[in-house]
Amino acid sequence: MKGWLFIFGLLAISTVLLPLLNLWVPEESNFHIPDYMFPLIGKYLCYALVALAMDLIWGYTGILSLGHGVFFSMGGYAMGMYLMRSIGKEGVYKSDLPDFMVFLDWKELPWYWYGFDNFIFTLLVILILPGLLAFTFGYFAFKSRIKGVYFAIITQAMTFALMLLFFRNNTGFGGNNGLTDFKRILGYSLQDPSTKMSLYIITAFVLFSSYVLGRYIVLSKLGRVLTAIRDAESRVMFSGYNTIHYKLFIWTLSAFLCGIAGALYVPQVGIINPSEMQPANSIEMAIWVAVGGRGTLSGALVGAGLVNGAKSWFTVAAPDYWLYFLGALFIVVTLFFPKGFAGIFTKLLSKDKWRESA
Amino acid sequence: MTGAHIKDDLVDTTHGCILYLEEITVSFDGFKALNGLNLYIDEGELRCIIGPNGAGKTTMMDVITGKTRPDYGTAFFGQNHDLTQMTEYEISHAGIGRKFQKPTVFLNHTVFENLELALHAKKDVWHSLTKSLTGEQKEIIEDDLETIGLKEQKNLRAGLLSHGQKQWLEIGMLLVQDPKLLLIDEPVAGMTHQETEHTAELLKSLAGKHSIVVVEHEMDFIRSIANRVTVLHEGSLLAEGKMEDVQNDQKVIEVYLGS
Repeated sequence: MKGWLFIFGLLAISTVLLPLLNLWVPEESNFHIPDYMFPLIGKYLCYALVALAMDLIWGYTGILSLGHGVFFSMGGYAMGMYLMRSIGKEGVYKSDLPDFMVFLDWKELPWYWYGFDNFIFTLLVILILPGLLAFTFGYFAFKSRIKGVYFAIITQAMTFALMLLFFRNNTGFGGNNGLTDFKRILGYSLQDPSTKMSLYIITAFVLFSSYVLGRYIVLSKLGRVLTAIRDAESRVMFSGYNTIHYKLFIWTLSAFLCGIAGALYVPQVGIINPSEMQPANSIEMAIWVAVGGRGTLSGALVGAGLVNGAKSWFTVAAPDYWLYFLGALFIVVTLFFPKGFAGIFTKLLSKDKWRESA
Repeated sequence: MTGAHIKDDLVDTTHGCILYLEEITVSFDGFKALNGLNLYIDEGELRCIIGPNGAGKTTMMDVITGKTRPDYGTAFFGQNHDLTQMTEYEISHAGIGRKFQKPTVFLNHTVFENLELALHAKKDVWHSLTKSLTGEQKEIIEDDLETIGLKEQKNLRAGLLSHGQKQWLEIGMLLVQDPKLLLIDEPVAGMTHQETEHTAELLKSLAGKHSIVVVEHEMDFIRSIANRVTVLHEGSLLAEGKMEDVQNDQKVIEVYLGS
């Protein structure tokens, strides 16, 4: 099964065809895609990017992170800070400071907010900070040979600690309300359908490029070294590879992609708050990958779509049962379909059952 | 880790000796797995190490490959590589290859990919990402496939190989690493008589080009390959010499062969 061709097509369709269906097809038509759909699909694409990042580190390299919510939130908060600064004096208090600072009776901008009125600066922070945090964290963790469940627990603790920190008002990121009420990005109103469409297209394009990059990596010798680390790390070391470097590379890249996903998510969803760093959120990211299929990039993307699609439906139709369903889904998939939906597809459609498709 | 303690990339064997273990002592919670072990391996030699369970054979391998650090003693590879100061991958780069007791190959990779990963080449992240195999490297792998008799299985997932084939694949992986010293832990465990013979031939043909240390329980196998045998007992050297001499050694008969 050429899973990658399917995903390739799907991504091409979402980047090009969906916007065309919105712009060129008349509103009366059944094929018209309404404006409000784009931020929603855009949100899913951000989740798909997270799943991709998660799959590289967990599915391919066998390192389970339960703290990817942190990297996602860092990208999100950085973007949120820029969007807050872009509000200017149009906030409720007509002040130059963000509303929550006025509310806390702060007189001036904390130093770590400096620079976020500049988009280029913000972009650099988004591209560098999550990766830098991951690199530092990973350097010490991998050097101390922390792995498996211990690594998962430490990352979970990291996201929990940062969530508590961000919940505090005097940390300076809006406390439990987080950052919201954004008005515009780069001068364009966020309410404007064409802005929403542009954000959507950028997201789809970034996801597409990341998929191509991820595919290039997993098909290179580097990818084979990563799966070898997953399967028999000591053999890789005795074969002369410094596995710490390999793990650091893919771990940092994963966090980098996750940060970008967060930054794209915030302007489309309109809010970022500490609940994104809830331990449960990071666990859910792992479930996307498990459901879709660990160790196949297409599986991760499909998994993110399926689980979030189910979530959107459940939280409207039967909100009380969502978590039960999620838990049950996770158990069923882990027990009966260890390779997730991708595994089911490969089994059905291919004679060559043993090779993992990327 | 910098290369400060590696004075020269090449292994200095001007004194004819490739591995020096002196007074090696390793204890786990008070139990001495190795107790003042001395062992010297000559260049190009094929040496068999025997000894009852718990004699310290695997721990000795762990010390040589950097997996376990000795509490006391020195371990040198050639005269210029202090093994106690090097990491696993540095030791591998210096030229020591190891086959584990339980065959350890990459089960989800094909036979060919297993050899590709082991192949002597630059092994940093950047090279792995950007470089693919050269024609010359492919030839080395093909030759190796011939040597270990897995040419027809080259595109098969290693997980589907028989036990004996996995053992050979692992030996093949050591060979493409182009090591100077091969450490081989129980190569014929679980092999049929025919496979054992084939392995003996393989190892004998490799001696000379490489120095080989084999840990094994199977006496017939050892008789068929070794000229020098070292017997370990309770973490130290009990006897060393020709197989016939060692077999007739009273101490050895008591602790091992007689039982």
